[in-house]
Amino acid sequence: MPVDWFPLWLSLKVALIATALSLIVGLWLAYLLAHRRFRGMEVLDAATALPLVLPPTVLGYYLLVVFGRQAALGRFYEWVTGSPLVFTWQAAVLAAMFHAVPLLVIFARAAFESVDRNYERAARNLGASNWRVFWKVTLPLTRRSILAAAILAFARSLGDFGITIMIAGNIPGRTQTMAVAIYDAVESGNGALARTLVVIVSVLAVVILSLANRLVARQAAS
Amino acid sequence: MLELRVKKRFAGRPDSSPFSLDIEFRAGAGVTVLFGPSGSGKTLTLEAIAGFVAPEEGRILLDDEILFDAASRVNLPARARHCGYVFQNYALFPHMTLRQNLAFAAERRPRLERHRKVNEMLERFHLTDAAGRRPHELSGGQKQRCSIARALIGAPRLLLLDEPAHGLDAPLRAEFYDLLRQVRAEFAIPTVLVTHDLDECFELGDEMLILREGRLVQSGPPRVIAERPANVEVARLLGIFNLLQADILELNPQLNLSRLRVGGFELAGPYFPGRFRGDHVWLCVRPDQLAATGRNGAPGANQVPAQLVRVVEMPQSARLEFAGEMRVEMPRAEYEKQKQNKEWVVGFPQQALRVL
Repeated sequence: MPVDWFPLWLSLKVALIATALSLIVGLWLAYLLAHRRFRGMEVLDAATALPLVLPPTVLGYYLLVVFGRQAALGRFYEWVTGSPLVFTWQAAVLAAMFHAVPLLVIFARAAFESVDRNYERAARNLGASNWRVFWKVTLPLTRRSILAAAILAFARSLGDFGITIMIAGNIPGRTQTMAVAIYDAVESGNGALARTLVVIVSVLAVVILSLANRLVARQAAS
Repeated sequence: MLELRVKKRFAGRPDSSPFSLDIEFRAGAGVTVLFGPSGSGKTLTLEAIAGFVAPEEGRILLDDEILFDAASRVNLPARARHCGYVFQNYALFPHMTLRQNLAFAAERRPRLERHRKVNEMLERFHLTDAAGRRPHELSGGQKQRCSIARALIGAPRLLLLDEPAHGLDAPLRAEFYDLLRQVRAEFAIPTVLVTHDLDECFELGDEMLILREGRLVQSGPPRVIAERPANVEVARLLGIFNLLQADILELNPQLNLSRLRVGGFELAGPYFPGRFRGDHVWLCVRPDQLAATGRNGAPGANQVPAQLVRVVEMPQSARLEFAGEMRVEMPRAEYEKQKQNKEWVVGFPQQALRVL
């Protein structure tokens, strides 16, 4: 039986892009939460953790409301890129980010807060800008924890079903990711395909997890 | 010249009592030592100067530039203050080699000059051979030299040191004192040193400020403070004095004489200006100013019989501890001659007596 590899490639592409974008957003949020004291901090703190506790379909529904073709953000996206967001693979990226960002914020924030603040003070004292302190001191000192967090975020991005099905849909060859394809295979009674896909995803997950563990262990050792 | 007047309050928390810092001083050329017990606000003062914490009130001036002024809302960021800072644990960047640590700090200098300056500092602080190593591969002395070199490479206008000799063993400590004297001679910038080690004040300090619970309690050259502590508090903090409760029985300005009662005995002392007969005071005298000898019949003039509790023999001297919190220090040779004594008397030289 020929296996359609498209869902795997799409999932990998979506997860990779989502992780990259989440790193930018997540590290920035984590840095803010770890270093600054500002009004509304608790709100932001709670908001970043919310996707972890809300059911994915609820999140997906919100996103559909906010990014729909009639909604302001949706129209803005369409105006900028020339095509609507919902029911495209880009929407799947957005969906995956809602899993990746909270994870990254939690891990990166803990990593930033664990850095002896005298290193950052020393850097500022020696004339470094905040930007330079971050790139040359904070990030290098936390790079392993953050890499491990990014790997977990990647794995999490691979597996989203709820948000993806709400805003990206299930269009074979266009927005059908691994998780959606498995559901689709089971739904249509194609047990053999479902089993194959499940094995692929499981192997991938184990590989990713062991990679992350090894990184964390090496960080602890050094 | 550094001029500082700052106030900062911390509300009490379940794990800490409320604390307020309220301090004012000037520090000119040479080394100014901030001395005090832990929790007295020494490090906080240093952090306020460096710009790591913002005071609530006051101003900080360095060479007529305003670093901080609460009234006009000036608060220069740490990176713009040009203060060299040596941290208690050195805070050398662990992911960089020694050379990279210095290069990071040299970024302020013109590009062409940087490389030359790094090499010059490596050489000056005898670090050239270790330049490629990371901090965890360095010896204690190398780390210390590197942290000072890193603080100085950007040509700061002020050097701040936070307990830099804390936890070092004796040889390293001596090495550090030499290094700092060299720095003082070669760089000639005002230096503020935080310590709770009295020896360090005498080794390095030109000027000494004593802090207690966020307040300045006395300032002056270390030797002057050791001669004349301003009050019992300071004398206790310095920990080098005998403090004995006494009553003034008689004061005679003409003959420069006084009579005191100390624990049931009468002693003659100098006239104490500003004191009255009947005053209850603390007699303050250094252990090396007292003379302990064997008792021979009745005690002589200004001698008090005393009961020896313990002797601490140190390399060069012996410290005799008598009942009633009285300590006498004498050279080893002297102690060898005296050690057979069964009963002791302690002599109080009349002119050495001070009251607080």
